Amino acid sequence: MADETKAPAATAEAPTATEGHSQRPPSRGPRPGGGPGGPREGGRKYFRRKKVCKFCVEKIENINYKDVRLLAQFVAESGKIVPRRLTGVCTPHQRRLSSAIKMARNIALLPFAGRAM
Amino acid sequence: MNRTYELMFIVRPDMAEEDLDKLISTLETAVSSTGGIVKSVERMGKRRLAYTVRRFHDGVYVLLTVEGGGGLIHELERRLRVTEPVIKFISVRIDEEQKRLDKIKAIRDARKKASAAPAPAAEGGEASPATV
Repeated sequence: MADETKAPAATAEAPTATEGHSQRPPSRGPRPGGGPGGPREGGRKYFRRKKVCKFCVEKIENINYKDVRLLAQFVAESGKIVPRRLTGVCTPHQRRLSSAIKMARNIALLPFAGRAM
Repeated sequence: MNRTYELMFIVRPDMAEEDLDKLISTLETAVSSTGGIVKSVERMGKRRLAYTVRRFHDGVYVLLTVEGGGGLIHELERRLRVTEPVIKFISVRIDEEQKRLDKIKAIRDARKKASAAPAPAAEGGEASPATV
């Protein structure tokens, strides 16, 4: 019951919040997708999906150098670390992410930039 | 002053299983003789390397978690460096990161409890006028 009464109130508040700061949409919304993978559209006329930090949304705190599958999502084909502006990762997480990627490179779990094979 | 470290090393893929066992046991004795504790040994198996290391494309990964001071790591790294079949290693201190994670987890749990607690209270508040 309490949930039902709360939910409309939250949705009613959201538009007013966006009017107040038109630049910033309400943060911390569980938006699906929009994580890594870079911009999905080229032209300016398309709706640009707001990119969100994957680590904030999925509440991943443990960015470990051993987790190759996670790190590989933020490494380009060439081995470069994908910049924040393309992936939408927030600054604190990008910092941890980049250090984890560098550690993984050191132990040959991820390639250094430039495919040497 | 005990710290937890993680040592990951790669041995050459053509190394025999017994030799690897021997290598790990010598490292374990080295740890205990320097006053450390081996917390876990994990063989992660054979993996493809992301780039060639000493002309090898594959390697057997081993993960060693130890507890002890900095001198212990110094000794272990020296040993790994002189051990010929070990082609790469990395040692990472993990206790501080673990502390940070535990802290975050504790905060989250507390918040979850706090958010769970008012909900029944509010329901009770609503229910009482309804019954009256």
